[in-house]
Amino acid sequence: MPTVRGDGMRGLAVFISDIRNCKSKEAEIKRINKELANIRSKFKGDKTLDGYQKKKYVCKLLFIFLLGHDIDFGHMEAVNLLSSNKYSEKQVGYLFISVLISADSELMRLIIQSIKTDLSSRNPIFVNLALQCIANIGSKEMAEAFQQDIPRLLVSGDAIDLVKQSAALCLLRLLRAAPEVAPSGEWTSRIIHLLNDQNMGVVTASISFLDALVKRNPSEYKACVSLAVSRLHRIVQSPYNDLQDYTYYFVPAPWLSVKLLRLLENYPPSEDPSVRSKLNECLDQILNKAQEPPKSKKVQHSNAKNAVLFEAISLIIHMDVEPALLIRACNQLGQFLQHRETNMRYLALESMCLLATSEISHDAVKKHQETVINALKTERDVSVRQRAIDLLYAMCDKSNAEEIVQEMLTYLESADYSIREEMVLKIAILAEKYASDYSWYVDVILNLIRIAGDYVSEEVWYRVIQIVINRDDVQGYAAKTVFEALQAPACHENMVKVGGYILGEFGNLIAGDQRSSSQVQFELLYSKYPLCSVGTRCLLLSSFMKFINLFPEIKNIIQDILRNDTNLRSADAELQQRAVEYLQLSKIASADILATVLEEMPAFPERESGILAKLKKQKELPDSSDTPKEQKHLPQAIVNSESVSTPERNGGGGIGMSQGGSMDLLGLNSPVADGLPSSMGGYSQHQSQPQSASSSLFDVFDSPTPQSHGPPAHQNGGSGGVQLVSEANAKKFLFRTSGIIFENEVIQIGVKSQFSPPQAVGQVELYYGNKSTAPLSNFNVQIRNSEAESLLTQLSEIGPVVQISAQVKQVVSTKCMAPFSAQPHARISFTLGNFPTNIDLLIPVYINKFLEGAAMNGETFFARWKKLSLPTQEAQEQFFAKHPIDAAATREKLTQFGFAVLPNVDPNPENFVAAGIVYTASLQIGCLLRLEPRRDDAKYRLTLRTSNELVSKSLATLLKDEF
Amino acid sequence: MIRFILIQNRAGKTRLAKWYMHFDDDEKQKLIEEVHALVTVRDAKHTNFVEFRSFKIIYRRYAGLYFCICVDIGDNNLAYLEAIHNFVEVLNEYFHNVCELDLVFNFYKVYSVVDEMFLAGEIRETSQNRVLKQLLMLSALE
Repeated sequence: MPTVRGDGMRGLAVFISDIRNCKSKEAEIKRINKELANIRSKFKGDKTLDGYQKKKYVCKLLFIFLLGHDIDFGHMEAVNLLSSNKYSEKQVGYLFISVLISADSELMRLIIQSIKTDLSSRNPIFVNLALQCIANIGSKEMAEAFQQDIPRLLVSGDAIDLVKQSAALCLLRLLRAAPEVAPSGEWTSRIIHLLNDQNMGVVTASISFLDALVKRNPSEYKACVSLAVSRLHRIVQSPYNDLQDYTYYFVPAPWLSVKLLRLLENYPPSEDPSVRSKLNECLDQILNKAQEPPKSKKVQHSNAKNAVLFEAISLIIHMDVEPALLIRACNQLGQFLQHRETNMRYLALESMCLLATSEISHDAVKKHQETVINALKTERDVSVRQRAIDLLYAMCDKSNAEEIVQEMLTYLESADYSIREEMVLKIAILAEKYASDYSWYVDVILNLIRIAGDYVSEEVWYRVIQIVINRDDVQGYAAKTVFEALQAPACHENMVKVGGYILGEFGNLIAGDQRSSSQVQFELLYSKYPLCSVGTRCLLLSSFMKFINLFPEIKNIIQDILRNDTNLRSADAELQQRAVEYLQLSKIASADILATVLEEMPAFPERESGILAKLKKQKELPDSSDTPKEQKHLPQAIVNSESVSTPERNGGGGIGMSQGGSMDLLGLNSPVADGLPSSMGGYSQHQSQPQSASSSLFDVFDSPTPQSHGPPAHQNGGSGGVQLVSEANAKKFLFRTSGIIFENEVIQIGVKSQFSPPQAVGQVELYYGNKSTAPLSNFNVQIRNSEAESLLTQLSEIGPVVQISAQVKQVVSTKCMAPFSAQPHARISFTLGNFPTNIDLLIPVYINKFLEGAAMNGETFFARWKKLSLPTQEAQEQFFAKHPIDAAATREKLTQFGFAVLPNVDPNPENFVAAGIVYTASLQIGCLLRLEPRRDDAKYRLTLRTSNELVSKSLATLLKDEF
Repeated sequence: MIRFILIQNRAGKTRLAKWYMHFDDDEKQKLIEEVHALVTVRDAKHTNFVEFRSFKIIYRRYAGLYFCICVDIGDNNLAYLEAIHNFVEVLNEYFHNVCELDLVFNFYKVYSVVDEMFLAGEIRETSQNRVLKQLLMLSALE
């Protein structure tokens, strides 16, 4: 048994020995249960337990708890120990409480009472125990109970140093627990002056509290700067043996020095020249000491010395104003890069990363490029290599980019899997940022795919396509290079994607060469096709479609491929749909239309690189801390603060997902965003006119009719309430097919519809345009349709986010099964910032959308009119004219509504008669209309006769008040 | 600031766990296991620092025991590395050549040593002399 100093508790030692001797988990549990029963009976039965016994049993319970067992009794006995007069009993009581009792325990009031008693005790040891307990538990409740009393203990003249130290850190803990109760006013200067305390332990402890206060309110504590500099000066200048207790392996007060330096990092360089020169003197001195021969060979000596040195360098970088110091720091770190200790090399790389961000020292850092590259090749600890990569990334500029990127590419081949993705992102960013020649950039990205294709995320390959599309000087080269890359027998799928896309756009640029003629290109791509995933195959189908336009001579071959059962009847809906639609398109459309539909992609809007966003995201680590995390400069900070935004080229982040039609061919995951006709909802493959492949180019809202705006916006209140789109606003779509249906400061919703009455189908395209300055997230649309059986609706899928300035298209496919009178509604919800917004949008699908005009002569009209004479077949409305009575305008409106206006039928030439058929899936309903204007009282009489009561009523209601 | 201090042996048995921020019991157990898995695979050629979640672990091995301090990413690595050594030297003095068993049998005293040197997640006292003087004085008390 080991020597137990002082008052050992024999029973405890025996129990611990027993536990250690247990051969199995079961035996241990048995022994523990026996002990628990014993203690329980002692606590229950024997009222005469003395302090020692209580302490012993509480200590045993604590031991059992620390072994990982639950303890459900003994808390009261522990609290009782707090009122003991013996230190050892009190200590065990406090320990049990700090380890085992939760902040919301019902005993907390009793505990706080005991702590209060001890805090006012004349015995500093008891005061100290109480303070340590508060600091260990640090609940809000304690903050409220004690925050007033403790500052006195910290600054009082009588308090002994030991108490002051604990009081300072106790206050720090309470400040973190309840930030609203910080000391202020009179305390400020007294707390600052603790920096002058004679006792270095007091300074060491209280400076942590001061640091937290400074972070909350730097200006209030500004006076601490000069005091801290003076204190640091005294330490740095003192001979190593001067500070006695506080000298650690010949280094004077290393921890205090570090804390002082960190305190100063909260402030900009002092404006007071004397303070500044004093500080520079300190920093100079610290750098000098690094060059002196070591006073001890022990690692403790050099570690302590270098702890201070690194903190000094950190402050020098933070101030970023003293060129001489920055250069010296850089040289010092340069030496450390070759240090025999891994720790030192690691820290030097980390520190130098920050130096590289300072304009003053950037060039000095670059001198060490060779060494850093060497570290990448030779270091055994992956975390050191990671730091080397960070540093290379930070020191990279136009002058050394090619070399650094090359070295990183070389290293990538053997790099640890854990850091490959980050490396790929970094290489891609550097290559883009510093490319003076874009063919180099293309080479780098293709190399990335070749070397680490699995780690090349979408952002990276989207980006290379964006850049190639936006820069016509590199398109020919890109086509040639991907063509060559695809020759490799085993190609990464990402290469196929990039290759397919680029050849689809720019294959013509290299087709002049027989070795890469259209047919060769096609065969090359098609050779990869069978082995690719569905997503890639979809992309390749689009590329082939583009080939039809680029190379009419191979149209037949491509049509054969589309016709192939594996495509035309693919089990995958998206693939099948593409094959069907592309094939159809290639058959129906003339060369002119094909050329428009399949023309080259327009340039992408300039935006921040999606890669950078991805890298930032990777660096965001969840932080579960309960106190604000201290943000010091980190290598990561460089990543975050930098931007590859150069004004001329900045393609969109997150391309393909949210930019409506502009990324059609890439929108593999959101088939509806695909500009090529798709998503017909599964019941009909009917298409009237194919849309442009780059549909965003052709603005649906560019209609000559004046745009009307939605109701005034009141959505930013964050109430989550629903905004209704007025019926009246939707009703204009009775007579037209496109326009804006809703608009406020945040969102614009456009409508474009196409109906094909004979098939009883149609689709409404909704375009959601984000007008705000933040993405609309959690974007979700749901349809509510009260007559779902009569009118089938199906909504295409869209992504959850509408990016800033982006437009997302959603298709509502409809089919009319039976007459209906109510319109479906779209419930659009999204979050902007933190505010949820809901919009209730009427989807303008009225019964007249399935109405097609039917021409007939007067005789037929009146014969049918007479047949439909049942009261249920007729609906009549009388209403005042809304507009000047104008025959031409009325005729136009009726026609737009869907009727065929029959001239010279009604004996009264002022009257209008019209006929049409409403098509549903099951039946056709003949509709006859008569509209009689009465100029004298500016009224209309509207009569509808159809074979269906509902249709008559609906049509009459819809047309009422419209003339 | 220090988020927690752990002393573990090679087998993963915890000899001290001191928490300076709130974790649930399950979370504590998970942290203990993760830290153990993280540091025991490292050898002398590795640094004494290892990133851990959004923090970092500064650790040092003494015979079969790993002393680990979890601190914020921006904290001074070497200062905490030496804080560990300073703490170990105090334990060594206090227990006269400390060994793992001392920490087992005197677990309640080890907590006192920790509280003298670290409090509220910060370094409280660095002088070995003063800490030891205080500890001896306390031991002498009943």
